[in-house]
Amino acid sequence: MLVGFRSSGPEKETLLAARNKLAITGGRVIDPAQGIDRIADVLISDGVIEEVTDRSNGKAPEDYEQIDASGLIVTPGFVDLHTHLREPGQEWKETIATGTRAAAQGGFTTICAMPNTDPVQDTASVIDDVMRRAVADGVVRVLPIGAISVGQKGKLLAPMGELADAGVIGFSDDGNPVTDANLMRQALAYSVDLGLPIINHAEDRQIGAGGVMNAGPVATRLGLAGLAPEAETTMVARDLQLAGLTGARLHIPHISTVGSITALRSAKERGIDVTAEVTPHHLTLTDDWVYGQKGEVPERVGPESYDTNTKVNPPLRSRANVDAVVEALRDGLIDIVATDHAPHAATDKVCTYDEAAHGINVLETAFSSVFSLVDSGKISLGRLIESLTAGPAAILGREFGTLKKGFAADVTLIDPGRKWTVNPEAFASKSVNSPLAGVELTGRVVTTIYQGGTVFDLRANA
Amino acid sequence: MAKPLTTSTRTGRTVTRTGTATNQADMMAEPRRHLLDLDDLAASEIEGLLNSAEGMREIAGRDIRKTPALRGKTIITLFFENSTRTRVSFEQAGKILGADVINVTASASSVSKGESLLNTVKTLQAMQIDALVVRHPHSGAPYFIANHTDAAVINAGDGTHAHPTQALLDLFTVRKHIGDLAGKKIAIVGDILYSRVARSDIIAFQKMGAEVVVSCPNTLLPDEWEPGSTLGDETGFGGLQLARTVDEAVEGADVVMALRIQQERQDAGHLPSLREYSERWGINARRMAMAKEGALLMHPGPMNEGVEIASDVAHGAQSVIEEQVRNGVAVRMAVLYALCAPGRSSRNGAGNEK
Repeated sequence: MLVGFRSSGPEKETLLAARNKLAITGGRVIDPAQGIDRIADVLISDGVIEEVTDRSNGKAPEDYEQIDASGLIVTPGFVDLHTHLREPGQEWKETIATGTRAAAQGGFTTICAMPNTDPVQDTASVIDDVMRRAVADGVVRVLPIGAISVGQKGKLLAPMGELADAGVIGFSDDGNPVTDANLMRQALAYSVDLGLPIINHAEDRQIGAGGVMNAGPVATRLGLAGLAPEAETTMVARDLQLAGLTGARLHIPHISTVGSITALRSAKERGIDVTAEVTPHHLTLTDDWVYGQKGEVPERVGPESYDTNTKVNPPLRSRANVDAVVEALRDGLIDIVATDHAPHAATDKVCTYDEAAHGINVLETAFSSVFSLVDSGKISLGRLIESLTAGPAAILGREFGTLKKGFAADVTLIDPGRKWTVNPEAFASKSVNSPLAGVELTGRVVTTIYQGGTVFDLRANA
Repeated sequence: MAKPLTTSTRTGRTVTRTGTATNQADMMAEPRRHLLDLDDLAASEIEGLLNSAEGMREIAGRDIRKTPALRGKTIITLFFENSTRTRVSFEQAGKILGADVINVTASASSVSKGESLLNTVKTLQAMQIDALVVRHPHSGAPYFIANHTDAAVINAGDGTHAHPTQALLDLFTVRKHIGDLAGKKIAIVGDILYSRVARSDIIAFQKMGAEVVVSCPNTLLPDEWEPGSTLGDETGFGGLQLARTVDEAVEGADVVMALRIQQERQDAGHLPSLREYSERWGINARRMAMAKEGALLMHPGPMNEGVEIASDVAHGAQSVIEEQVRNGVAVRMAVLYALCAPGRSSRNGAGNEK
């Protein structure tokens, strides 16, 4: 039965849903898809949204279990377009069981699994396997992304039609940029019929050959090979041209440079069908974090420097780039926030910076870290929630990411005043590779409801 | 002698000592001290090491070169990169001081074959060593090691980041010839982008009050460094002048230092050819004539004669290149003594830490 979501829509998913009646009362309901931002109650029945209402007046109707959300923010469950679950193949880093629980802790009820598994998600059988495991072991919705090329090797197109039929929501070779411009062109052209986006990690590997962090003063001082922002920008520009040529849908993952944003703006103005995402870390952390002093620039390089938990691709950028992606997200030029959650085992990070694996463990800190931008007035709360809910749902073209009647009852409750200190050892994720360890954040997801069932709840410990 | 260097704790937090006055109790309380780069040290601490090296130079020049200063101490040189001169220099320094020196050569690539750097370090740590002299192709590797061992860690060159004992021996050599470095002009010409020697020398000479100016092809300069400008403090190299031409750099210089240009720079497209480099940036008699009269010519070695440095000047009257090598032993003796001598041993007071 539950072999995934090939025919999308809530009807199949209700098979998984909790059989109950739930009233989330008295919270500030923010549902950008419906333009709702007011104190209201959310009624849930048998795993689907019944309505957002003012009638119950903060009191649960009879027969309803009540969740008192006064003082909390109530939003649709978050949707992450960019997650690494590592299963099958690298279960020592993460599994579908731990990754979906990490998602639940972070308020995400839908996550899209990148195809760099082992075996690669480049055939229907692997996609089927991931979906089956997700239903068996997962606690939130997992939507797989298929590979663009066989084995993510950039040589031959993967069976994109077969993958689409199997239920993928887009195509990506993940960390492997499609270097061959003609293959990229063909992938884009072929995807038009399938109606699914091509998601290409934009990085010219020749410009940044060997680079392990952002090129700039920090890299120079630490003697680390730099990745120039232009390595990203030039491939973004190429991909946008090819999207224009083919009329295909292009989704730019983890955009991180001023130049990419300029190219994106120009492409959107020309009507090219492109969307873009930015990660919580590129929105909040600069390359100064590589010094290992939580963003401070030290007088001297010390043993705390070379913080391998800051190694990620694209690399953490300079302040000017960080400010530019924040502004672009605020203005809607960058459509959404996606995590690029990339769990790695200790052996991948307890080593030299050059040896360390790329990637940050993000799901459980994602909301709190981007919420700091709301606290500092750089972005509105409504826009932020949109970028985590209606925005990614629109890119997926699926019916979630909103609290509309009849939709899956995926709901996230946020305590905007709650302070907490990041302790990766307490993560639901199997890995601990977060540069935010020990950092105090304000605003936290306290409850996550997936299809009417509570999959994460911190309120009891409030 | 000044008590130098950095201490670090198990959590990776570090404390830099800025003063020179200290007492035994302080030392006992601070279990590990390292020499990772010269940005760790105050000018007075560098002075202290150089003064100590004067005495060491005398010992190293004796007929019977042996002292019991570090008898019973074990020093491991752990080299993940080929190096003859630096490794031998440390070995010689340790042996003159009476320490047992064990040379370990390893391949950084062996890491991918199984044993991680962490396990290598833990294995050596278990053998009760006093100091680890580390050369590694990855920048920051000695810092990583310092977080995982009780032994004193001495950076013998990490990636393109630092080479503090080279900088110390360069300071020592220059000081011997021209005394106080304040206001002196040091021209460094060559592969700045990839040179750990350049980085440590820039920090070291600036710390001692000298003006440092560098010149090289744009392809060997960090992207954000603009020829014709002076770097700000936020870069960690504040005050460094970036010459527009090599002639501008060497003009009136008290010291001219040429850096090694490797064939692989040409192969990677940084240079059209070594021949063109030699013509446009090579240090030759004409350029030495532009420097101050009697200016010193230095090179950290190994030299590519005829590329970055012409043979006649390399072996000419102004060259102190061989002296650099000789002084290297004395400076490394001073460093090993500072970190390992009885009462200073990194192992003292570290016993309870596990």
